[in-house]
Amino acid sequence: MSSGQGRVDVEIESKRAQEPPTGGGDHPNTCPGCGSHYRDDELTQTLRVCPQCGHHFPVRARERVEQLADPGSFAEEDGDLRSADPLEFFDLRPYTERLAEAELATGLGDAIVCGRAEIDAAECRLAVMDFAFMGGSMGSVVGEKFARACDSAAAAGVPLVSVTASGGARMQEGILALMQLPKTICAIEELQDSGGALLSVLTHPTTGGVLASYASLGDVVLAEPGALMSFAGPRVVAQTTREKLPDDFGLAESNYRYGHLDAIVPRGELRPVLARLLRLFGSG
Amino acid sequence: MPSEAEMRLRERLSKLGGVKLLRGTKVSGELERLQEQLDRLRAEPTAEDIWRSVELARHQDRPYTLDYATRILDDFFELHGDRGRADDPAVISALGRLQGRTIVLVGHQKGRDLKERTKRNFGMAYPEGYRKAMRAMALAERHGFPLVTMVDTPGAYPGVAAEQHGQGGAIARSQSAMVRLSVPTVACVIGEGGSGGAVAIAVADRVLMQENAIYSVISPEGCAAILWRDAGEARKAAAAFKPDAAHCLELGVVDAVVPEPAGGAHEDPDEAARLLGEAIVAALEDVEGMDPDLRRRERRAKYRAMGVLASA
Repeated sequence: MSSGQGRVDVEIESKRAQEPPTGGGDHPNTCPGCGSHYRDDELTQTLRVCPQCGHHFPVRARERVEQLADPGSFAEEDGDLRSADPLEFFDLRPYTERLAEAELATGLGDAIVCGRAEIDAAECRLAVMDFAFMGGSMGSVVGEKFARACDSAAAAGVPLVSVTASGGARMQEGILALMQLPKTICAIEELQDSGGALLSVLTHPTTGGVLASYASLGDVVLAEPGALMSFAGPRVVAQTTREKLPDDFGLAESNYRYGHLDAIVPRGELRPVLARLLRLFGSG
Repeated sequence: MPSEAEMRLRERLSKLGGVKLLRGTKVSGELERLQEQLDRLRAEPTAEDIWRSVELARHQDRPYTLDYATRILDDFFELHGDRGRADDPAVISALGRLQGRTIVLVGHQKGRDLKERTKRNFGMAYPEGYRKAMRAMALAERHGFPLVTMVDTPGAYPGVAAEQHGQGGAIARSQSAMVRLSVPTVACVIGEGGSGGAVAIAVADRVLMQENAIYSVISPEGCAAILWRDAGEARKAAAAFKPDAAHCLELGVVDAVVPEPAGGAHEDPDEAARLLGEAIVAALEDVEGMDPDLRRRERRAKYRAMGVLASA
C-alpha cells in the first residue's frame, strides 16, 4: 500500500475493526490480524490474503482488476476524467493540491477505475474503487464514471460488477459530492430498466455516501470477510451515542446476520462466484 | 455606474456561464431563470453570511415540518408506522389537501421542547423512518397523489441499532423510490439538509430551498473535526464547503430559493408558511401537466447532470 492510507479525507473516517496487535507496527504488509509480515510479491501471490489467519489486506484498484478479469480482457473507459474544484475548496491545503498529490501517489486520475472486462469468458463492465485515492471518497468524477459504467453495461447488454472501498462522499466537493448519491442511483435505475444487472461487492471499508447509494443497490450484494460496511463509522457512533459497540459493529458478518448481504465471499472465491453470477444473469 | 454588489453578481453570472457543468445541460437554458433568482439574493455570500445561515437553519424557534404542514395544508391527516417494525417520530408522513389537490407529505420532524426533542431524536431518522417515507411514497404512486417532502435533519442517526437495521441501504432505497415515482414531486429544504439523511427524501422534480436553510455533504463540525482536526473550526469549514442557499442554487442543486420573512422564518412563521406554500404550489404546477414518463426521465436527467468535471 502507498502512503495514501496515512490520511483519510472523507465524510466519515473509518477505523479498522481489529486493532493491530501491540507492537504489530504500521507497515502495510504486516498482518493486523496475526502480526505476520510478508514481502509484497508474497501478498500478490495470495491475493493479499494472509495465509496464516485469513486477514484480507486492502487491494488497489488495478490489482483488483487483475485478480478478477481474464488476462488481457480489461479495456479501461473514461480514464481521462479528472476532478474540478467548483468550490475553490481550501482547508489546511487547497483541494487541487491534494488531488495532484493523490494522482502522483496512486497513478490514478480519481478513486475509481472502470472498463470492459471478461470474467471466465463472461463479458461485463467493472467499476472498481481505490481507497488509496483520498480515502476512496466519491466526488463528481467517481459518480460520473460509475454512471457511465452503468450506461456502458446497459448498451452492451451485460451486467456491471462494482467493487467498492470508500470512506463516503468527498467533502472538498461539498453539496455536489452529496448529489453523486442520487446521480449513481439514477444510473442504476436506467441500467436495471434496460434489463441489466448490478453485482455489488463491498470491501473494507465501504461507508457513508457510497454505502448509502450504489453499493447497497446491487441485484446481488456480496462482501469480503471482515469488511466494515456501516453508514456511520464506529468512532462517530461511539462519540454520538456513548454506546459500547459490539465487537462486530458494522462488519460484513454482522450485516449478513441482519439480512443486508446475500453472501460473504472470501477473496479467493470471488472470481469464480462472480463468473457464476454473470452466467446466471445471462452473460457469457 | 453599477454598484459593487451588481458588479459582483455580474461576475458570478459570467463565471457560471463559463463553468463546465456536465454535458452543458444546466447552463444555457437556465441563465435567465438564475438571473431572476440571483437578483433577489444578496451578492456572493461572505463567510459571515454563510455562518448566519447555519445559525438560522438551526434556530430553536425555526418552524419545523409540522408547523408548515398545518399552516399550508387543509385537512392534514398524519399516517404512522413503516408497516414493518416501528413508527419513527423523526419522520412524519401525512395526507392533506393543497389548493384543491390531495398530496402526500413526508418530512423530517424536530422537537420543540426537551421532551419532544428527545422523542423526535433531534430529527435524526432511523432506517424505520426512511421505510415509513417509502411507504408513503408508494401510497402516493398508487393513487396518483403528488409528493411533497420537507427536509430538516442534522443527518441520519448514527447508532448501533440504526446500523443493524440497515441505515445505508434504507437511505439508498428511499432515493431509488423517489427516482422511480411517476407522480409529481417537490422537495423543500426548510432547515438543516444534513447529508445522506437529507437527500434520502430530497430527490425530486423540483427542489426548493428556503433562503436561510443549509444543505451539505457533512456538518460544519464534522468537516472541521476531520480536515482541521478541530470541531471548533466549524465556521471555517462552513465557509469552505458553502452549504448556503445561494451556492446550492448556483451549483444547480436546487431549482429555486424561497424567501423568508426579514430576520428569518422564526420571526414570522405564518408569513414564512405563506411564502413556502406559494412556492410549493408554483413548483407543482410547473410539473403537473407533464407526461408522467417524461417527468421521470427529466428528473433522472437532472440528477445525472449534477457535478463538475475536468479532463486530464
